[in-house]
Amino acid sequence: MVRLFGPNPMNILVCVKRVPATTTRVAILDGKRLNPEGVEFVLNPYDEYAVEEALRRKEAAGTGKVTALSLGTADAQKELRQVLAMGADEAVLLAHAEAGFADAATTARQLEAEIRKRGPFDLLLFGKQAVDRDQHGVGPMVATKLGIPCITEVVNLDIADGKVTAEREVEGGRETVSATLPCAITCQKGLNEPRYANLKGIMAAKKKPLDTVQVDLSGAVVEVLEMAAPAPRPPGRIVGEGAAAVPELLRLLREEAKVL
Amino acid sequence: MSTILVVLEVRDGSVRPVSHEVLGAARALADESGASVIALATETCAADAAHLGAAGADRVLVGAAERHSPDGAAATVARVAKENGASCVLLAATARGRDQQGRIAALLDTGFASDCVAIDAKGPVFTRPVFAGKALIKVQIHAGVAVASLRANHFAPAGRTAEAVIESCSSESGKSEVVEISAKSAGRPDVAEAARVISGGRGLGGPENWHLLEKVADAVPGMALGASRAVVDAGWRPHGEQVGQTGKTVSPELYFAVGISGAIQHLAGMSSSKVIVAINRDKEAPIFQHATYGVVGDALEILPALADELQKLGLQ
Ligand SMILES: Cc1cc2nc3c(=O)[nH]c(=O)nc-3n(C[C@H](O)[C@H](O)[C@H](O)COP(=O)(O)OP(=O)(O)OC[C@H]3O[C@@H](n4cnc5c(N)ncnc54)[C@H](O)[C@@H]3O)c2cc1C
Ligand SMILES: Nc1ncnc2c1ncn2[C@@H]1O[C@H](COP(=O)(O)O)[C@@H](O)[C@H]1O
Repeated sequence: MVRLFGPNPMNILVCVKRVPATTTRVAILDGKRLNPEGVEFVLNPYDEYAVEEALRRKEAAGTGKVTALSLGTADAQKELRQVLAMGADEAVLLAHAEAGFADAATTARQLEAEIRKRGPFDLLLFGKQAVDRDQHGVGPMVATKLGIPCITEVVNLDIADGKVTAEREVEGGRETVSATLPCAITCQKGLNEPRYANLKGIMAAKKKPLDTVQVDLSGAVVEVLEMAAPAPRPPGRIVGEGAAAVPELLRLLREEAKVL
Repeated sequence: MSTILVVLEVRDGSVRPVSHEVLGAARALADESGASVIALATETCAADAAHLGAAGADRVLVGAAERHSPDGAAATVARVAKENGASCVLLAATARGRDQQGRIAALLDTGFASDCVAIDAKGPVFTRPVFAGKALIKVQIHAGVAVASLRANHFAPAGRTAEAVIESCSSESGKSEVVEISAKSAGRPDVAEAARVISGGRGLGGPENWHLLEKVADAVPGMALGASRAVVDAGWRPHGEQVGQTGKTVSPELYFAVGISGAIQHLAGMSSSKVIVAINRDKEAPIFQHATYGVVGDALEILPALADELQKLGLQ
């Protein structure tokens, strides 16, 4: 299912998601989900690092294949084409009309099944989080189901002779984690600088394989009972101008807000 | 009797303070449902029975692993959860907690709720932010066990008088291991966990002016330094300090935004702070719309005055 090819990872899978752009103003539909009307969708920013890392690893090995996999609505073909234009070799879309807001467990189950069919892979790459549900979980969930190690929120990655050494930021410091291939990595900002697709890449992407498979998403474990806007902040006020306002600011912080 | 399992976070041989908030949440949940609280450290550590008991634990299990193994630790948690028929597994929503929650849920064949800000014992129903805090969802986990990570500064420690029973337990081994931890910001708490934060943006003019923020932070106990992305991208500050959508999410009691315009991606990381103070030269800056208190003016002139006045207060 997942196997080690050689000294350098060559057969690489990268999981990507179509998400609302970070500038999205959230409007809520039926008290339960995002109203997609007027929302601009993009490739999840953290998945750009994952794609870039996959391409660099393949380039460094001089041989191999990068497959992009996404569970998404039919529209996610756009983001997969973008990944192909960046340089991935082929893409697979697990399509479902309601895929956009699936919980991590449901998503992981679908991705795992497809990975078992398409593998073996040496390296699985994920973003550290998808900026819609912000779950931080699909990568480690998939890896756990496949029985392979996973290192999360990686900012520095070294792979040599099948040995993986990765650095991750933790509160107040950095952690170095070691593992062996096959391995999953979730990518954090700082790992690399994602490339842009150039015109040649965009033209080439049109001819690359993009399979679409319809999937069944029934049986979600995590039920969303309600979605609501956060309580509005009470209106604030300008205390004053310049250094002269400092004593009054401190008085308010101590006596009114009671936070000092 | 059902059990709520709390995964303690260990660093340098001791339990990290964020775990006390998780224990407090577990205690509240347990008291409402008549459950007991087991606290589990998957690696060896100094566990203080009185301290952890007061924080909410009935039993404390201390594992035998010398080093943290991400997959090994998750396997230990899943095993202990099964052995004790846990109905709920709670973690801190830290780098470690985020790393563990999905693995534990996968091993227990369930789902999880990440970065929760509230829990209703009936259900239980977990409240958590989505779209970087632009909306909140309430979720229920339909499986035998619910796994959830809890955001710092949202759950009160228990503070009761009770002693926990401490037992040792075996640890599962894994295929990955933490081989080194290097501390970066000696002395100051991490921005994601601190109860008070002062962040600087491009308006500070350059890294040479950061000592002005540090002076303020030095005068306030437990105050962490944060930064906007503009400043991190410019190389003035490390990424570990970045607050916002692609940095850390913070929700301290007090957040100072100094020379920060208040872009939507920055707001995404700090808008749930209890009190927000904005210091900005431009009175039209969007940050003022989100601030509890604003001071208009030059940060380079206001910060020294602020540091002076704070020092006079002699805060402990
Ligand atoms: C996908 C994506 C993700 C992003 N993620 C993040 C993120 O995680 N965090 C983040 O912060 N940003 C993020 N951004 C960037 C964000 O859009 C803004 O560009 C950034 O927050 C601006 O930083 P700033 O406020 O320091 O700088 P500016 O916007 O340049 O603001 C500087 C402010 O300082 C004020 N000023 C100038 N001089 C002085 C002075 N002497 N005294 C007082 N005030 C002064 C100015 O009036 C101005 O308001 C992201 C953007 C994108 C596209
Ligand atoms: N629907 C999806 N299709 C493909 N990959 C996904 C999907 N959802 C999440 N992922 C991957 O898992 C990472 C973390 O997502 P999450 O756990 O939802 O925050 C993302 O950055 C993607 O790499």
